[in-house]
Amino acid sequence: MLLNQFLLLAAALFAIGVYGVLARRNGVLVLMSIELILNSVNINLVAFSAVSATVGGEIFALFIIAVAAAEVGVGLAMVLLLYRNRRSIDLTEIDQLRG
Amino acid sequence: MTDLLTLAATTATGLPLGITEGGAWLLRNAWLIPALPALSFVGILFFGKRMPRGGSELGIALVGIAFVLSLLTAAAWIDHRDNFEGEEVHRAVAVAEGHGDASGEHADEGHAPGHPSLAVHNTITWFELNDVTFTVGTLVDGPAVMMLVVVTLVSLLVHVYSTEYVAGDRRYTHFFAFLSLFSASMLLLVVSENTLQLLVSWELVGVCSFVLIGHWWEEKPNSDAALKAFLTNRVGDMGLIVGVTILFFTVGSALPGQFGSFSIAETNALAGAGRLSHTALLVASCCLMAAVMSKSGQFLLHTWLPDAMAGPTPVSALIHAATMVVAGVFMIARMYGVFFEGFSIGGSSINLMALIGGITTLIGACLAFVQRDIKKVLAYSTISQLGYMVMALGVGAWTAALFHLFTHAFFKACLFLGSGSAAHAVHSFDMKSDMGGLRKAMPHTYRTFVIGSIALAGLPPLAGFWSKDEILVGTGGWGLFGGTGGNGAYTFMLIMGVITAALTAAYMTRCIYLTFFGEFRGHGNPHESGPRIIVPLWILAGLAIVAGLLNLPKGFPLVPESLQERFGHFVEPVAAYFPGISHGTPSWSLAIASTLVVLSGIGLAGWYYFIKVEAASKAAGRSLTELPDGLTTRYPLAKMGHTFLVQKYYLDHLYTDIIAGGTKGPVAAAAYKVDQDVIDGAVNAVGENAVKAGNLVYHRFDQPVVDGLVNASGRASSGAGWELRRIQTGKVQDYAAILFAAAMVLAGILIVIV
Repeated sequence: MLLNQFLLLAAALFAIGVYGVLARRNGVLVLMSIELILNSVNINLVAFSAVSATVGGEIFALFIIAVAAAEVGVGLAMVLLLYRNRRSIDLTEIDQLRG
Repeated sequence: MTDLLTLAATTATGLPLGITEGGAWLLRNAWLIPALPALSFVGILFFGKRMPRGGSELGIALVGIAFVLSLLTAAAWIDHRDNFEGEEVHRAVAVAEGHGDASGEHADEGHAPGHPSLAVHNTITWFELNDVTFTVGTLVDGPAVMMLVVVTLVSLLVHVYSTEYVAGDRRYTHFFAFLSLFSASMLLLVVSENTLQLLVSWELVGVCSFVLIGHWWEEKPNSDAALKAFLTNRVGDMGLIVGVTILFFTVGSALPGQFGSFSIAETNALAGAGRLSHTALLVASCCLMAAVMSKSGQFLLHTWLPDAMAGPTPVSALIHAATMVVAGVFMIARMYGVFFEGFSIGGSSINLMALIGGITTLIGACLAFVQRDIKKVLAYSTISQLGYMVMALGVGAWTAALFHLFTHAFFKACLFLGSGSAAHAVHSFDMKSDMGGLRKAMPHTYRTFVIGSIALAGLPPLAGFWSKDEILVGTGGWGLFGGTGGNGAYTFMLIMGVITAALTAAYMTRCIYLTFFGEFRGHGNPHESGPRIIVPLWILAGLAIVAGLLNLPKGFPLVPESLQERFGHFVEPVAAYFPGISHGTPSWSLAIASTLVVLSGIGLAGWYYFIKVEAASKAAGRSLTELPDGLTTRYPLAKMGHTFLVQKYYLDHLYTDIIAGGTKGPVAAAAYKVDQDVIDGAVNAVGENAVKAGNLVYHRFDQPVVDGLVNASGRASSGAGWELRRIQTGKVQDYAAILFAAAMVLAGILIVIV
């Protein structure tokens, strides 16, 4: 069944994305990894939607793409401001909220 | 969808739509024409800066090809109009109660019997959602072909003109890219097959207008004007969106097994056949009218158009005079079946559309009198002429309105480009302080400007005369002038039209005097513009002279019958998607009367400026722009009227101060009053009682019992907090790690349990 290949691809993408979010120190790369996670979800949605011959999943995927665009817009703005203020986008250095 | 349509056609039942899937190759592939400027937009955007002439050569070349294609399409249409013998598309419709035979309803009472003009329809499926199919495609018929030619021609001339006008501008490439995008969007709008596509291209031209008005955005007034244009248009766009949605569902109710339809041909044919609810059509027409009011600068929402003159002059000529602002007029013409039924245009004597158009044409003409800025005179003149077109559509003179659109595009573009040429020479648009006497320095600009003005004022035999006269005829039988026919007795509109004709002639006389006569009042030595400005001016002036001859009235004695009413014959659809309008009979007495009115307007203004002001200038020894002891200085009433006009009827004040300011002021005041009297009173009363109750509780219950518990829990949470503090590292990735770990644990639990 073709579905499994899609799910494996999505799982692989998800795992890569999680690794990127946890291990990368560069803010932009973390944002890119988040995109990977979102897109792995999209693949799942579209794959299931294609198998079950409904459009619900595709519509959800469209929404996720739109939300992801907004999210990355906000995220990049934050990274930019961070860079302006601190001359660095290393996420491990930003710990002002430490308890 | 094509399968369904052809299936219905073979059984030959159902409602005829007046469209065909056949036709010449050019007519079926009209999408090429908007595609070329779109290609040019992308090309200029990516490679323009690297081209030797900054991308302008690519724009001119592709728009030029589009113009040639448009001419070929027009030729193909002329052949198709009279000789096409293909099959008409029919559409199965729901059985209607209380209505007669579906095909007999739209009796073509007004059309002369003759060969029907089947529009060429070509669509592809864009996407499908369950039952609803969204298509994109082209609907090529008379009005679309006419607009294709006008838009590509004016666009081409404006491209050429701009290479000199904006030469050396820092955003030269960007300017040409957006000129191309605008042309593409406008061409897409005119060939739109469905209302959704129309809406998309409608918004696209709005965006281009915004970008180009704000081309020199470094200056605050320019970016303000761009914003004002965009926001005012948003108001109307809401009307368009609502109107299109209403029509979608209304049409769906008349089609069996279909949720709705955006198809323009289906909507018009069903409306014309009386299959749609009149109330729904009326509401939809009113909503669409709001869109027309904003895009075509009709009264109440016209205030953005004069401010839009902040953009470069070629933009004003292309977008804010000749093409984009007529999108509203074209939309009415496109959806005429809906408007005709919705406003009951046939057989009434007043309706919303005719009234708005009539008011607009009058107020625009009045405002043009008091402007100092030459472009603002032309802007108000454009508002006035757009009002003329909308009024003509409102009284059922469809062909006259489109013919006026056609001629107006040429002479108004000519006037705008002429004003730009003059302003280019004196580096200012102010007629009173920086112009005057330019006829000696700029003979070509002067001559073309005068030709454009005469065409606008409507003196025979120039273009404006024929189209304006047709509109006046179309207002319907006014016994005095022997006019007959038409769709009703719109006497009121006839009076407004005639008054406007006189005002138009007078303000153009004033404009010409202030710009080209008297002595030069500015600084420096103005000189004539170069050939890339002069040649487009002369082409447009030539068209302003001859364009009117395309639609000589029926029965005009000097030419053979085969040359009469050519424009009407090829542009006005004789098809099921177009309502059966009846045409007025041209009358010599009306033509002579309106010419006399125009001459009296010119005479009055000419007497004031060329004789009185000229004499006063000689006496004063310098070039004056008005009499030192004119009406406005002698009579307070005239002064008040003048101020009223200078303040633009106080509409801008109404919008910004009274409506925007007025709603935020009283609302805030009322909210404050409620806050002080009602909420505060209640809060105070509650508070006093609560203090008494609190004292009681404090001593008996709070101190001994509650405090003990609280202190104990406080100590406990403080301890826990110190411990937990260690995981609050502040590093976002640690939190993410905890999140994923928790998710994994929960997923594990889920697997174990389920």
